[in-house]
Amino acid sequence: MEKRFIYADNAATTCVSKKALEAALPYFTEQYGNASSIYRMGMDSAKVILKAREQVANAIGAKVNEIYFTSGGSEADNWAIKGSALNGAKRGKKHIITTVFEHHAVLHTCQFLEKQGYEVTYLPVDEKGLITPKQVEDAIREDTCLVTIMFANNEIGTVLPIAEVGEICKAKKVPFHTDAVQAVGNVPINVKEMNIDMLSLSGHKIHAPKGIGCLYVRGGISLPNLIHGGAQERNKRAGTENVPSIVALGVAITDACADIDTKAIKVSKMRDRLIEGILKIPETRLNGDANKRLPGNVNISIRGVEGESLLLTLDMNGIAASSGSACTSGSLDPSHVLLAIGLPHEIAHGSLRLSINEDTTDEDVDYILSVIPNVVKRLRGMSPLWERICKTEGLDSDGNKIK
Amino acid sequence: MSGGVDSSVAVKLLLDMGYDCAGATMRLYTNEDIGLDKAKTCCSLNDVEDARFVAFKLGIDFHVFNFSTDFREKVINHFIDTYLNGGTPNPCIECNKHLKFEKFLERARLLDYNYIATGHYVKREFDKKTGRWNLKRSPDVNKDQSYVLYSMTQDQIAHTLFPVGELSKDKIRQIAEQNSLINADKPDSQDICFIPDGDYAKFITENSGEQPEGDIILTDGTKLGRHKGLIHYTIGQRKGIGVSYSEPLFVIDKNLSDNTLILGTKDEQGCTSLIADDVNFIPFEKLAEPFECTAQTRYHQKDVPCTVSPLDDGRIKVVFNTKHKAVSVGQAVVLYDGDYIVGGGTIAEAFND
Repeated sequence: MEKRFIYADNAATTCVSKKALEAALPYFTEQYGNASSIYRMGMDSAKVILKAREQVANAIGAKVNEIYFTSGGSEADNWAIKGSALNGAKRGKKHIITTVFEHHAVLHTCQFLEKQGYEVTYLPVDEKGLITPKQVEDAIREDTCLVTIMFANNEIGTVLPIAEVGEICKAKKVPFHTDAVQAVGNVPINVKEMNIDMLSLSGHKIHAPKGIGCLYVRGGISLPNLIHGGAQERNKRAGTENVPSIVALGVAITDACADIDTKAIKVSKMRDRLIEGILKIPETRLNGDANKRLPGNVNISIRGVEGESLLLTLDMNGIAASSGSACTSGSLDPSHVLLAIGLPHEIAHGSLRLSINEDTTDEDVDYILSVIPNVVKRLRGMSPLWERICKTEGLDSDGNKIK
Repeated sequence: MSGGVDSSVAVKLLLDMGYDCAGATMRLYTNEDIGLDKAKTCCSLNDVEDARFVAFKLGIDFHVFNFSTDFREKVINHFIDTYLNGGTPNPCIECNKHLKFEKFLERARLLDYNYIATGHYVKREFDKKTGRWNLKRSPDVNKDQSYVLYSMTQDQIAHTLFPVGELSKDKIRQIAEQNSLINADKPDSQDICFIPDGDYAKFITENSGEQPEGDIILTDGTKLGRHKGLIHYTIGQRKGIGVSYSEPLFVIDKNLSDNTLILGTKDEQGCTSLIADDVNFIPFEKLAEPFECTAQTRYHQKDVPCTVSPLDDGRIKVVFNTKHKAVSVGQAVVLYDGDYIVGGGTIAEAFND
């Protein structure tokens, strides 16, 4: 098959859509007014920010005055968690509940708070990468000031029972935050119906630029500022508004959430074809639940293959993929997510994440499926680890049981 | 625009009538000014953003005018001073007088607008016979806001539109909902906007320090106990004074000269006449001779029959037909002829003879 270029790492970031870019461009060079300025150019900036705020609110079922633009998902997570922690401390509540396989923006923030005297319960996930609402219910204490649980996992794509957790938190009167960076635009979200008090989202995962995101904060919750300074964002998040990116986010999120169901059917069909195809290779396993899963996420461990060499070889073949979270790809530690679902170190090292989207084609899928078996065969052929596995487990060089 | 229902619907109605409108909100104080941050008040930053959104939805320009210095000087400081002098101020009236119908109108003129419009429940009418503008109570008695507008000058009334003044609050809410103006369910602001928690005594002590304690006495001089500073009490107050007596007692007076709080029985309450200064008349320029009308001495209070007469020094004297309760120095006395405002002033002295 002819070599092609396939971007299969949309969980890491996405291209900015032409529509979002075009909407944003005038706000760089023509309508560059500071939204706080008194003259018309400033007023116009304030207006388009409002429009974007409305678009974001509509996309997640929030009210306009509940949307606060941030620099991205990490800031939103930090703000929600640290803010809730400060609110909790005022009432003597210093216990936080999260899961072991959150994004590091959540995990590291929780670890930071532990050093400040907070207690954090890290709920374990099962071998499919899921939690049960009961786990949350059982973990909630008198002094719990926040439950923060991701909507969908960034590495293995599992979609967690957020509405059920939301209901529990509402009943127990504990603030509930969800990092929905991977979920927005891929699964339907309605913060009111799902009883979500705070939600983080990021622009660059849904075809808006990097450096823009937002935190939804339910009306009635007053979070202390993370960023102090000017009176932007109702005095809750200082810093001159990133007008072009905000405009782009409004456009991008509207498109991303416009037809989630149709898109999900199309993308998950390709996803399942990829999963099925790759799993034909012996000694491979799917990570994360097969059904409760983001439509575009494929995460497969391939024994006897080291993750980094797999990615490098795929890149040589024009396929951009990752072994897990891009945010940790510089580290050689095995993924905390894969360890959390019970994978041994050796297997956690050799995992492949493909994240496709609606721009991916059936031909792309065919191409990926034609490349991967050969790449795996080649890498296994070079791997002393694979040789050892075959010897001890009685496998041939392709991984089939020797009869 | 405050972001609330009334001003939002006011814009909508004006647009429907064909006016070319822009929205504007007065920024009256910063959160630091009041040491608080709460959503429900009438001029906080949240409300500026709510108003901005309504303007955006209605497709009109939106301005924010920062009047915080004037507000501090003319409203907040006046409020504190009046309290410290034993009076009971009405800051909404001061704000209307110095900011809404003065500074705000001035800004509108600067931007070449012919009128300002507000969401007040009041009607204006032109009297061809006298060539003067009149103000009339809103048909919705519960919402009528004419009381806080008595100080408007002819020039101000001539250049101010009150589009919601003709309608009932229910009708206004209905229009807001039909046009999905976001804050149709936003509660009306009722408290003093710069004291969101309503604890004005705390506000004053934070600004001017603790006020000295003193004696609580009966009208005959009998000492009943100690008060915690005169600012904590209002004329007519019955509850929360902290003394027990064989019959209910009310605050009759606050005597600043010896820092005493004077209590009396129900029958000792009330006043027969008062003198008001800082007066303004609407259907005529000056009061020439005694005039029989009705007087209202508090917001949302029933007006009572009286006779108003001019004094030589420009002040007015109001004599009530029957003894009138709860007259506080610092509050406005507003005079009505039927549903029309005659005028009013600030109560300077109250008499019970």
